[in-house]
Amino acid sequence: MNKINVFKPDNKNLRIFLTLGSLFFILSIVDFSLNNFLDKNITFFLPRYINFFTPLIFGIIGLHFIRIEFSGIKKLDIINKNINTNNFNASLSLFIIFLLIFCIPPLLNWFIFDANISGNTKEACTGSGACWVYIKVWFNRFMYGMYPNAEQWRVNLAFTIVLSFAGIGFFMPTKYKKYLTLYYTIFLPIISFLLIYYLISGGSFGLIWVETGAWGGLSLTFIVSFFCLIFCFPIGMMLALGRRSALPTIKYSSLGFIEFWRGVPLITVLFMSAVMFPMFLPDGTYMDKLIRVIIAITLFEAAYVAEVIRGGLQALPRGQYDAAKSLGMGYWRLHLLVILPQALKLVIPGIANTFLALVKDTPLIFVVGLLELAGMLGLAKTNPEWLGFSMEGYVFAAIIFWIICYTMSRYSQNLELKYKTDR
Amino acid sequence: MSEKIIQMQNVNKWFDDFHVLKDINLDVKSKQKIVVCGPSGSGKSTLIRCINRLEEHQKGNIIVDGTELSENTKNIEKIRAEVGMVFQQFNLFPHLSILDNCTLAPIWVKKMSKKDAEDQAMRQLEKVQITDQAKKFPGQLSGGQQQRSAIARALCMEPKIMLFDEPTSALDPEMIKEVLDAMVNLAKAGMTMIVVTHEMGFAKEVADEVIFMDEGMIVEKASTKEFFANPKNDRTKLFLSQIL
Repeated sequence: MNKINVFKPDNKNLRIFLTLGSLFFILSIVDFSLNNFLDKNITFFLPRYINFFTPLIFGIIGLHFIRIEFSGIKKLDIINKNINTNNFNASLSLFIIFLLIFCIPPLLNWFIFDANISGNTKEACTGSGACWVYIKVWFNRFMYGMYPNAEQWRVNLAFTIVLSFAGIGFFMPTKYKKYLTLYYTIFLPIISFLLIYYLISGGSFGLIWVETGAWGGLSLTFIVSFFCLIFCFPIGMMLALGRRSALPTIKYSSLGFIEFWRGVPLITVLFMSAVMFPMFLPDGTYMDKLIRVIIAITLFEAAYVAEVIRGGLQALPRGQYDAAKSLGMGYWRLHLLVILPQALKLVIPGIANTFLALVKDTPLIFVVGLLELAGMLGLAKTNPEWLGFSMEGYVFAAIIFWIICYTMSRYSQNLELKYKTDR
Repeated sequence: MSEKIIQMQNVNKWFDDFHVLKDINLDVKSKQKIVVCGPSGSGKSTLIRCINRLEEHQKGNIIVDGTELSENTKNIEKIRAEVGMVFQQFNLFPHLSILDNCTLAPIWVKKMSKKDAEDQAMRQLEKVQITDQAKKFPGQLSGGQQQRSAIARALCMEPKIMLFDEPTSALDPEMIKEVLDAMVNLAKAGMTMIVVTHEMGFAKEVADEVIFMDEGMIVEKASTKEFFANPKNDRTKLFLSQIL
């Protein structure tokens, strides 16, 4: 048997060190868990100030023993390389393990084990966890707002059709690929608008009229985000080009526009669109509140998009302009064929950032009385029959928003990879 | 060979207060090959960039193929389509494949059909011997290959004049030759060429005339033989003694 040096674990005594290390590590986890969950302290005989740190000390000793270079065991090497390179690293890893043990079980309890989902009334919620009954009962309202229950199929149908039209783009034969941009920027918005106007709004074809004030919930979030995203992008692009224009009129009006909208808080813009704007309209004309809000958010976000795109335009070397000009391209061909494709590719992360912010800004439309998902939560939590469940509501909204935003984020990363041509 | 394709009369240009071009007079005949040399900052690049109006001149006249360069945008675009240019930094479009780089302008500026444009692009790429790289992106090619693609791209517009702005200065030494070979072939095919370069070997081989510039002026303009054998100006002699 080889001589054992406890300060220098080596692979001659691999088995002994591994056993010792695992023992200490398990001891540390057990000690922490017992302290945490059963309020039992197995190291009570030690002085207080040591026994508080025993899990950490055991853990560090355990990880020290298994820190064996070139052990020949692949998994052990991976562990050592990633979480156990030195004592400091090992203690950080331990902290994270302890934090997970500390957080996850209570969270799971709240979300699943102590939660109630059956039943239809507040009284069904007897557990100490979340009351998902609340979400279940209000689900329709969270999705459709005050939209009449009997008419909700119209919203579903409209969204399904828009989604399938959007999906067709992915399966379009290569022959028509060059019309794709046109399809998404002109055809799709028009189709969506018509669908929303005739199907969701109603009033003709024997469908009853549902005023926009009754729209709400997640479907309103989608409607507002969809139109704002689609419109703010081209407007932002034009503003970015305008700001770099050689013509002073165009340059300074774009600059003024961008600086104005960037300088005003969104909430004021929304107020103005709802309260001040109608005063400037001639008597007898009327523009729907929802349309005013969409225009307001679109212009607001367009200013941000413009600045993001301008960043991309400025990153391109002058040689690209020279080369395109020397081939006889004029302003529009130069920008549409050479400059913008490269600039937009550069700013995909920035655009995604702005778009995510836009989606998360939509709840602000509650200030003008439009209640999308988060707004409906605010309404539901003040219902006297269902007081005290705001936590469940906000967690639910957070999860929904997270899913939307994460999807968009992943999509933008896909686009980045797809258009990566430089290497 | 008598038709004057480029006429520059008393051309002056300032960058703010800096007088870059001073009273330039230059006539280029069709199919003539002219090499422009001189120390850096002497205005060589600015001179040829004025010919397709990547730079504006402030005084004098420039007439290219019978059209005078002025503020008229239509004229400028017409002239640019007839004058090809190759840059020091290649300036290929990195988001397009080599083939698309070559077909972009013919399709969108000359309104050629996609198939014709591709056929022509492949012919031009054949001339510079990079047909096998046509589907690749510029970032995947070596400097020499990129510069040859850039030459092919300019040729796809079927220009009457080719301008070269130090085409080999950004290349590794072993890649210079392949680019110069492509240029020599182009010269033999009878293209009108104005080349800013320090490659005196190239000048001796193909140039009809060599122009020496210094401080914004044309100091010496002579036939190639005369220029190298018997330079008149002291500044030219000094330059040649340093570079040869």
